[in-house]
Amino acid sequence: MIVTPPRLSHTKKKMVLHRCGVTVALLVLISLSVIVVASRQESTLNNGRHDFQEELVISPLQSGDIYASFQFRTLWEADFFGGNKVSHYRLFPKSLGQVISKFSVRELHISLTQGYWRTMQWGQPYQPSPPGAELWVWFQDSVTDVDGTWSELTNVLSGIFCASLNFDSINSIQPSASFKPLGIGNVTDHRFLRYATLPRETVCTENLTPWKKLLPCGSKAGLAVLLKSEKLFHSSFHSQAVHIRPVCQDAQCATTSWELRQTLNVVFDLYVSGQGKREWSLFKMFSRTLTEACPLASSSKIYVDVSDNSEGEDFVLSPATPLLRQAVVLGDRRTFSVYDLTQKSTFGTTSSLNLLIRWKSSDAHMLRPLLHAERYVAGYRLQSGEIHTLMYNNHPYRSFPVLLLDLVPWYLRLYIHTLSVTSKGKTNRPSYIHYEPSKDRVKPHTLEMLVQLPPNSVTEVTVHFDRILLKWTEYPPDPNHGFYVGSSVVSSLVPSIVAMDTNATHECPLFNSFFPSKEETSYFVRLYTEPLLVNLPTPDFSMPYNVICLTCTVVAVGYGSLFNLLTRNFQIGEPRPGVAKRIANVIRKMRGVPPL
Amino acid sequence: MAAPLTLLLIVAVTIRAALFRSTFAYWIAERVEVVSPLTAWKRVVEGLALLDLGVSPYAGDVFHETPLIIYLFHFLVDYAEITFILADIIVAVAFYYVVKDYNKQVFRKQKFALEADRYPADCHELVRTPKEMYYIPLKAALFYLLNPFSVLSCVAKSTCCLNNAVVSLFILATVKGNMLLSAIFLALATYQSLYPLTLCVGALLYLMQRQFIPVNAYRLSFWWFVAQYAFMYLGSLLVMVALSFFLLGSWDFLPSVYGFILSVPDLTPNVGLFWYFFAEMFEHFRLFFLCVFQINVFVYTVPLAIKLKEHPVFLIFMQLAIISIFKSYPTVGDIALYMAFLPVWILRNVFLVSCVLLMCSALFPVLWHLWINAGSANANFYFAITLVFNIAQMLLVSDYFYAFLRREHHLVHGLYPKKKDGSEATLVLK
Repeated sequence: MIVTPPRLSHTKKKMVLHRCGVTVALLVLISLSVIVVASRQESTLNNGRHDFQEELVISPLQSGDIYASFQFRTLWEADFFGGNKVSHYRLFPKSLGQVISKFSVRELHISLTQGYWRTMQWGQPYQPSPPGAELWVWFQDSVTDVDGTWSELTNVLSGIFCASLNFDSINSIQPSASFKPLGIGNVTDHRFLRYATLPRETVCTENLTPWKKLLPCGSKAGLAVLLKSEKLFHSSFHSQAVHIRPVCQDAQCATTSWELRQTLNVVFDLYVSGQGKREWSLFKMFSRTLTEACPLASSSKIYVDVSDNSEGEDFVLSPATPLLRQAVVLGDRRTFSVYDLTQKSTFGTTSSLNLLIRWKSSDAHMLRPLLHAERYVAGYRLQSGEIHTLMYNNHPYRSFPVLLLDLVPWYLRLYIHTLSVTSKGKTNRPSYIHYEPSKDRVKPHTLEMLVQLPPNSVTEVTVHFDRILLKWTEYPPDPNHGFYVGSSVVSSLVPSIVAMDTNATHECPLFNSFFPSKEETSYFVRLYTEPLLVNLPTPDFSMPYNVICLTCTVVAVGYGSLFNLLTRNFQIGEPRPGVAKRIANVIRKMRGVPPL
Repeated sequence: MAAPLTLLLIVAVTIRAALFRSTFAYWIAERVEVVSPLTAWKRVVEGLALLDLGVSPYAGDVFHETPLIIYLFHFLVDYAEITFILADIIVAVAFYYVVKDYNKQVFRKQKFALEADRYPADCHELVRTPKEMYYIPLKAALFYLLNPFSVLSCVAKSTCCLNNAVVSLFILATVKGNMLLSAIFLALATYQSLYPLTLCVGALLYLMQRQFIPVNAYRLSFWWFVAQYAFMYLGSLLVMVALSFFLLGSWDFLPSVYGFILSVPDLTPNVGLFWYFFAEMFEHFRLFFLCVFQINVFVYTVPLAIKLKEHPVFLIFMQLAIISIFKSYPTVGDIALYMAFLPVWILRNVFLVSCVLLMCSALFPVLWHLWINAGSANANFYFAITLVFNIAQMLLVSDYFYAFLRREHHLVHGLYPKKKDGSEATLVLK
């Protein structure tokens, strides 16, 4: 048990109060010191003992949809490493803190998503996630039984998020390269990593409510007021996630803090639901307006992406804000209007903020994303098939490597010798392949490879598989619906548009623009392809008894005939009368006539 | 005699080579009747690919061949077609010499019996003439080489062909009286597919008969001979298993090959009885029925050996047939092996059995198409035809057995049994 500084100051206070009763003369001094201590405590709090920030980014998408991305970030300086028990919680949710310390988690990323992110229409999301549930966890290297801990952890998380995360070794894998720790710590031994997805998991209010309860202000104040499930789930895409990771406290990185990032991304199809009018407001989207920031938050901001509207020719944003912020987001230079909710002036005279954008024109010009991937199953027969993964590099002159990760369940039997990677009609040998074959009813296939995508090309990865006939009890209800196969994960460092933009040199000084600056040349992108729906051959579920009886009969026929021949010998016997004669004899017997 | 055999071989090789080059080869290699999870060529290639990737071929559930097969095809993967054609030639030539040798003995025995006047007077029409027997070895080779089942399994590059070659070499070594080679090939066959284990009884009986050792549990010479053979057999089996261990450096192949054969986890449809039965089985009875079904291969060994102790070659035939009916992953290649013996003895209901077998062979792809490709039928259709196919095989085997027993009975008791009063009687099994 580590005695944390707030407790220390607390005991000091007590001591001080004890002394306080001694003399009146000391009272003034003491009360002064109490004030000093209290103010010190206040200052340590502000320095990041606990810190909570909330943020909403609203990006009008080129397709006419609206992308709203909430982020709630809680920072806490606590030591969970080495199985420490921490019992004093303030902003950080206790349920998650206990999960971290009990299961020795280093990093935890869980997302629950309804709908598929359409990269070709919407561009890149800020936090990518596959349809259904996704969970990946890095454990601390003190964990000995990783599989056991993983299965316990997933059960606990199922309870916390009201989801049915049935993850065990049958559907979880250990990717070797695609999922690296995002926080500090250089543990890269992938024995401590587990990754699993559930592509069929449906996300609903029951998952949102426990997620909202983890927020310091709940859904009572701040941006979380907007999170009304009846509106959030009436959307094209909904994704909620929780990310926990250790981060550095300061530049020296002497102490670590834990970061809890709760994100919620939602895409509203307003162009369709708005009766052809391209116009949206906070009230129209969330049926709420904002009145205050969360009182516990150190920062509470709304960003609206106005990059495509620099001269106000496309849309009008009201109320207008003088605050503009430029940033390089996903390789592109974007401009955002900023609304700071901690300022009283933001809410204006009505003391409520209802952002409103009204479009002037309805033409949309789409910038193609530089990296894009899609996947499908080929083959119509129930015996075998092919998985095709297409990866598009739309960069005009740069090639870049991508990591492709496939998690294929055991009931599709992959044949790795049929793996072919072609781009521009030529074989493109992956420079790295990590393949773990599946074991029936034990573990899935893991296929991970590093492929170089040539500029302006489509790279096709094909692999054959067999569809397996399962035992009749292994099929889910409605087996002819098919089996879901989770999304492939494409991870890459994509050369950024900013580095591509030669016009940028007009703005920068010449001495600075010869070598492209490091942090802007490329950016990390993780893409998820569509999940697959694969049909498997099915037995007839209605007749197990018949099958058992018929097969046993056939075996008995074989046994009987062999037994007959083995145990009997040929002997001279009476010739057996024919059937007609026997029937005649029966009739004759009844008539009382001697038989034939 | 060598000329017709050579001609036959040329024809057989031409057919196979032509099919290898045709577009059918791919279609045939996909047929579940021809390849099983144990023998599919696709899986051999996959095992080699896994080895190239640095993954143990037994880490996954695709590869179930023995390590020696990996070792063999590590060198021969580019000459696979020649290897498989060669394996078929070996089977055919081995059968040719086996049957020739066996006929020689039958003829000699018959001659002694005739000289000693042991046959009843009325069964001279049962005695086989040299003219009759002249073409039987060639017919046996022909039955194997031109059997569509063996052609298909060769074209599909099913490793069943290699197992057949090993088994036929074992029979050849046994019939030639070479005890050591017989034990080694039997060990190799057992190592490859486990079930040929039961053939050891036939081999022992034959070798003892040849060396005039009485089959008598009270005689020391009998036990000494059994011990010798068992030592050679187990010794060579041990060497093979140890060699496999040293090739891969792990025991992973034991559960992956023999555990896979015995516990039947892969329910891919085939011509056998296991797949649908265990797909529809209630989970808590699974182990029980697994034992009940697997025991069928082994349980007939002792009764058959007792009944057929004078006829070990027929015993080997019976065992081969029983293995191919009751093994967990049967293919048509296994059936082709025991069918090669059919010209050697006589059969009762040739028309019925051959009609049923032909009908089933035609219906297999049709019902498969309806279930898997067209989606207009379900698994029961294909299952029904496997049942009929297996009943036909059982009918074939029991009829063959019946005919053999009856002929032997007639050779002792005369062709036209008479009752005590001299009137004509019929033979019944009692």
